[in-house]
Amino acid sequence: MLTLNVNGRPHPVEAEAATPLLYVLRDEIGLNGAKFGCGLGQCGACTVLLDDRPVLSCITPIAVTQGRQITTLEGLGSIDNPGPVQRAFIAEQAAQCGFCIAGMIMRAEGLLRRNSQPSEKEIRTHMSANLCRCGTHMRILAAVRRAAQAERSARVDAPPSQDARR
Amino acid sequence: MGVLTLVLLGAVGFIFFSRQPALPAVQPPSTAGFDRALIAKGAELALIGNCNVCHTKQDGAPYAGGRPLKTPFGTIYATNITPDADTGIGSWSETAFLRAMHEGVRRDGAHLYPAFPYDHFTKASVDDLRALYAFLMTREPVRAETPNNALAFPWSQRALIAGWKLLYFKAGELKPDPTLSAELNRGAYLVEGLAHCGACHTPRNRLGAETNARYLGGGEIDGWHAPALNAASPAPVPWTSEQLFGYLRNGFVPPHGVAAGPMQPVANNLGAVSEQDVKAIAAYIGAMLGPATASRRQAAGASTAHATPRPASPDAGAPDSADGAVIYAGACALCHEPTGQAFSAHGIPLTSSKVVAMADARNLTHVILEGIDPPKASPAALMPGFGAALTDRQIAVLMGYLRSTFSDQPAWSGLEDTVRGARQSAREP
Repeated sequence: MLTLNVNGRPHPVEAEAATPLLYVLRDEIGLNGAKFGCGLGQCGACTVLLDDRPVLSCITPIAVTQGRQITTLEGLGSIDNPGPVQRAFIAEQAAQCGFCIAGMIMRAEGLLRRNSQPSEKEIRTHMSANLCRCGTHMRILAAVRRAAQAERSARVDAPPSQDARR
Repeated sequence: MGVLTLVLLGAVGFIFFSRQPALPAVQPPSTAGFDRALIAKGAELALIGNCNVCHTKQDGAPYAGGRPLKTPFGTIYATNITPDADTGIGSWSETAFLRAMHEGVRRDGAHLYPAFPYDHFTKASVDDLRALYAFLMTREPVRAETPNNALAFPWSQRALIAGWKLLYFKAGELKPDPTLSAELNRGAYLVEGLAHCGACHTPRNRLGAETNARYLGGGEIDGWHAPALNAASPAPVPWTSEQLFGYLRNGFVPPHGVAAGPMQPVANNLGAVSEQDVKAIAAYIGAMLGPATASRRQAAGASTAHATPRPASPDAGAPDSADGAVIYAGACALCHEPTGQAFSAHGIPLTSSKVVAMADARNLTHVILEGIDPPKASPAALMPGFGAALTDRQIAVLMGYLRSTFSDQPAWSGLEDTVRGARQSAREP
């Protein structure tokens, strides 16, 4: 029996060691933030953080997560009290169908934890691992920019920025 | 011996050759003054020469330089070769450009470090270099200072290069060989010249010069091993010229797999030049590799005899152990096992993998850490990087498992150190 450390709490799980983390998070622990988009490590909808770095949970066997910190969307905040990156995504109304968004938020969180002042190029290169089919890319980028900006000021909840409308 | 010789020759060189005459600065030539066909020819030659690869830094403007190249002597930064007058080569006349490519001398007369492979570019014809000049002078000028090289004394003294050149450099264009076909001559001209394959694929001596006796015998670049392209090729499945063409042109060819690491941008570039030239390059390298002899085919057959991996029970040992078989089953099998869902998307069976069979473990380390982008020629699945998902130790364990399961080669040693070292030159996945 393996024990996973998810969002700061230990979770003993029955799944076999080779089982990808995505299925254990959703089916055993009941954390449905991470999504199954492709199950092949191609789309990023399953992105969570492992030791502060974004990983594709559909191709990460739980065996390698032993003793390491797993952070999911649920660990960034709640519906009543969303975290800064989540608030930025809400303020920019970055979701359309919403399927990619959890992965996008985790990916952005991973970036900002290591580089709180990313350049536009850095944001785009970093976020390019996650796919969006509805085409809300510009709003997603605006949300990441806003979250980075919020490190400097406290205006995360201001109205959506103009550049997302272009 | 080597350093002493160099210092001695450097002294001789210093007296006679340490500085060539400076050539006068010119006004950046007007782009309208260049013939369009010449520019187009130069564009193709620039792709064959991969100028953009060294002379563009990560997320930087094309040709504006700034990319670091780690050498055993320190770090050298590729220069800005946009036609900016102050920070690029905008003030270089065509004569100055030709001299730089043919003789390795800067416009101001200083010698250029042979990290810029003028020992290959010297073989290019004047006509081709004029086309390259036309192409470069019609690029977007970008103001970007090239960082100073980080070379320790005495390597920081350019005068020493004069000595190096006396020992190792012979200027001169490549003349066609009448005993070779037109295609092989073209291939030789490109490979030995602008494409400079030997610059990465040849071992270098302690003074950084290519070891001619082992030409194309394998070298390294950016922390990757560049495999031998001659008879010493370690490929588990021998290469044919047709396969080389497919690999160089499309960035992917069964059964060899995808162009990875430093070969990716090369394959991307060659995907955009004339097919005939890529065929010529492939033919020439094929000739260098030599025919697939019986013994090589036998060796290849032996290593691919394990069509399915040797059985390993995934939950052997303690159930929470992240052993190689478990990591492979959860992270790799999906794409790399013939029964995996994503196998058809360019995931090769690892028994055919040349990086698993290589004596040098670094390439596989880089592939695991960074993943592989899909080749430009065909939209396809990418291999994700596992640098974030796996720790150094887990990657080392996985690599040990891959090596023993998918090849008959002797085990690698010191894998954890290899992984740690590779992370320093690894791209973010």
